[in-house]
Amino acid sequence: MAETARALAELTEISTQIETAVVLDREGTVLAATVDDDRAGRLAGAALELFRAADEKREQELVQLDAALRGGSVFVVRDADRLIAATTTPEPTVGLVFYDLKSCLRGLGETPAKPKAKPKRRAPAKRPATRKKTDAGS
Amino acid sequence: MRARSALTVLGAALGSAAGAIFLRRRTVRRRERVELYFDDGSLLALTQGSPEAEPLLLHARELLAAARD
Repeated sequence: MAETARALAELTEISTQIETAVVLDREGTVLAATVDDDRAGRLAGAALELFRAADEKREQELVQLDAALRGGSVFVVRDADRLIAATTTPEPTVGLVFYDLKSCLRGLGETPAKPKAKPKRRAPAKRPATRKKTDAGS
Repeated sequence: MRARSALTVLGAALGSAAGAIFLRRRTVRRRERVELYFDDGSLLALTQGSPEAEPLLLHARELLAAARD
């Protein structure tokens, strides 16, 4: 969670066009946001509804979207199991915003997972003893 | 004299054509739209006024309003 919040803080620091951003899972649970919990919940809900509405009845899978509105723009980007939604100032540099959002998501995916317990070494299987061939005559 | 007036008419015609193009471009740019990007690299642009765009624009407006409350 702290890693996600740090990644979002970096995102808003890098991109001056991004006003708010929220990271959520596929069920709509907020993982981190640049706004307070109440607003983050509403942002996540609206972002998930927008993404689901845009994705339904499509042959191809939706990976990202942007909506250009009069007062600003809205972006939603998805990776394997997370979404990031952001709002920007009007007429942003679309390619740059997508790049920043994808980098942020990718950075979250690279956060080191807990080290897995090392598998116990198996004892080497005993080989059947090889017998030397003995001459029949001896 | 005749050539000068012909040039004036031509200049005025070109000026109004350029103005019309500029205004049209500005109107198109100001129209709300949604762009959808799919995993195969295809893009679908939906402009305000199309039946498919309206519900998506509604959700997008809600999102923007929630961000600015």
